[in-house]
Amino acid sequence: MIKKFIIIIFIFIPIKVLALIEVDITRGNLNPLPLAVSPLSIDETSRKNFEQILDKENIGSEISLIVENNLRTSGLFNPLDKKAFLQAPDIANLKPRFEDWNLIKAQALITGKVNFINDKLRVEFRLWDVLAAKEMMALAFTTVPTNWRRVGHIISDKVYERLTGEKGYFDTRIIYVAEEGPKTQRIKKLAIMDQDGANNKFLTLGNELVLTPRFNPASQMVTYLSYFKNMPRVYLLDIETGTQEVVGDFPGMTFAPRFSPDGKKIIMSFAKDGKSDIYTMNLETRLVERITNHPSIDTSPSYSPDGKYITFNSDRSGYQQIYVMKNDGSDVKRISFGNGLYGTPVWSPRGDLIAFTKLHKGKFYIGVMRTDGTGERLLTENYYQEAPSWSPNGRVLIFYRETKTNSKGEGFSAKLWSIDLTGYNERLIKTETDASDPSWSSLLSN
Amino acid sequence: MRLNKILKNALLVISAGIILTACATKKEVAVEAPKKEETKKEETKKEEVTKIEKIAGQMQGDVYVGTDSVKYLADGVADRVFFATNESILTTASRETLRAQAAWLRANSNITVVLEGHADERGTREYNLALGERRANAAKDYLMTYGVSSDRITVISYGKERPVDSGSNPLAWSKNRRSVTVKAN
Repeated sequence: MIKKFIIIIFIFIPIKVLALIEVDITRGNLNPLPLAVSPLSIDETSRKNFEQILDKENIGSEISLIVENNLRTSGLFNPLDKKAFLQAPDIANLKPRFEDWNLIKAQALITGKVNFINDKLRVEFRLWDVLAAKEMMALAFTTVPTNWRRVGHIISDKVYERLTGEKGYFDTRIIYVAEEGPKTQRIKKLAIMDQDGANNKFLTLGNELVLTPRFNPASQMVTYLSYFKNMPRVYLLDIETGTQEVVGDFPGMTFAPRFSPDGKKIIMSFAKDGKSDIYTMNLETRLVERITNHPSIDTSPSYSPDGKYITFNSDRSGYQQIYVMKNDGSDVKRISFGNGLYGTPVWSPRGDLIAFTKLHKGKFYIGVMRTDGTGERLLTENYYQEAPSWSPNGRVLIFYRETKTNSKGEGFSAKLWSIDLTGYNERLIKTETDASDPSWSSLLSN
Repeated sequence: MRLNKILKNALLVISAGIILTACATKKEVAVEAPKKEETKKEETKKEEVTKIEKIAGQMQGDVYVGTDSVKYLADGVADRVFFATNESILTTASRETLRAQAAWLRANSNITVVLEGHADERGTREYNLALGERRANAAKDYLMTYGVSSDRITVISYGKERPVDSGSNPLAWSKNRRSVTVKAN
């Protein structure tokens, strides 16, 4: 699917524009930038063609809604109500009347046009700086019509990048575990969806317990734990072909898998005789390497983005704490020293932070600390939550939360949530079923 | 190692003591509470006290000692043992249960078993998988000490994935921290 998606980008006006609008991403959603997302204009013939193919009345409006929704959920932008717009979409795309947009307090404006050309979907869009009355960016994409949602996500990424100076995270997917049934007999399936919850798809049937799926940062492969034939083992799944295989030949449970940043290795735990140690397997050479060798539980390993270091949690001090070591297992250093237990360390894609779960006085926290353990910051507190996963730009964490049951043991649910690195903009991610163990993909394009 | 275990058991007893003291303090506080709707309060207090006694009867420290959910492999041979939070140490009661299992397994040499290790919901998923494995192995080691050969025992961990009690309270968690011996044939 990815390979079919060929994007042709034309840069209309390759002139240098000073960054007049600036979005301060370090402050979260305190002051979201007001902007207007004008519906993408569409001619009647194209509209009818797309209606026939995609069963959407106006694909131009639909794409702009995706952009609007993405920018709003980022917490950095405040898309204005379309009812207040004075200028028609087609004319605005040619030359906006900036005073009109200024009147409704829009600081930036997104316009565009959709065409049906040779059975393809062609979308062009422009980003305007309203105050400076200037075009900031203009791009066009051509793709198969069924990819229309991705076009909306790519536009969102381009706008986000142009206005914040950082890569976006909208053209991405989330792999997670869909849950159903009573707490004592949960049925779990692997599921995948777009970052905004659309295009949800189940990848397994629920016949066996599945846990902790993780994306390969370099491809559309996934590694996860399956209890297939009641033998808990790490598996590798190609989500495009559906083929899967066991990782390695271990005489016991393998679990807590993750890919190395280059996608060539899987790092995981292997449990034997009450001890869990960390191993890697090279997916090309099939070579298995032992990384830790300690009578304690060593698990939840995660590589630094340069692949030189590994963070993991271990109870070698008596209780679960976070450690960092070199990728060959040498130079092990404990980095968590606060009160409570620390688990599930995940290295930020930017390299400067480690996200974790903390358990202290009966509460669970999602937090971040520097890679030497300093600067601990707790982002959110709850009855139960764990397993943070980073957005590819390192700005947002997705994790799951479970509710406390009542005195009769009823009312259990598990949901996905996201929170900005700043600790603001906490959001429930809607899923068809209950959900846990989310893992964020890399950007699908660029 | 043995000294370590004795020390840890001693700790358990001490912590049980602390919990009891904690309960006592709580009751005193309740007495001092404002006296509105006294009869109703009195009733709820009574209920609470019975509840505390009930829990106290079913837990020692935070290890479950009740019989809810326990099944029997044979007459007098309970199928499961329970653990303290984050621990995989076998209590005196657990060792007794496992000795009975070992005796039964020695008498029924054709039977093979799976030891299923579990954790409660108050831990991260991956750590709990490892903890369940460690608990089941603690039980396996003990069975082996009492003459059950290792090739008759398979170990599997379910972490926190298969609780027997869906409650979100200390008693429910104590029932879920367990290693269950299941006949495999």
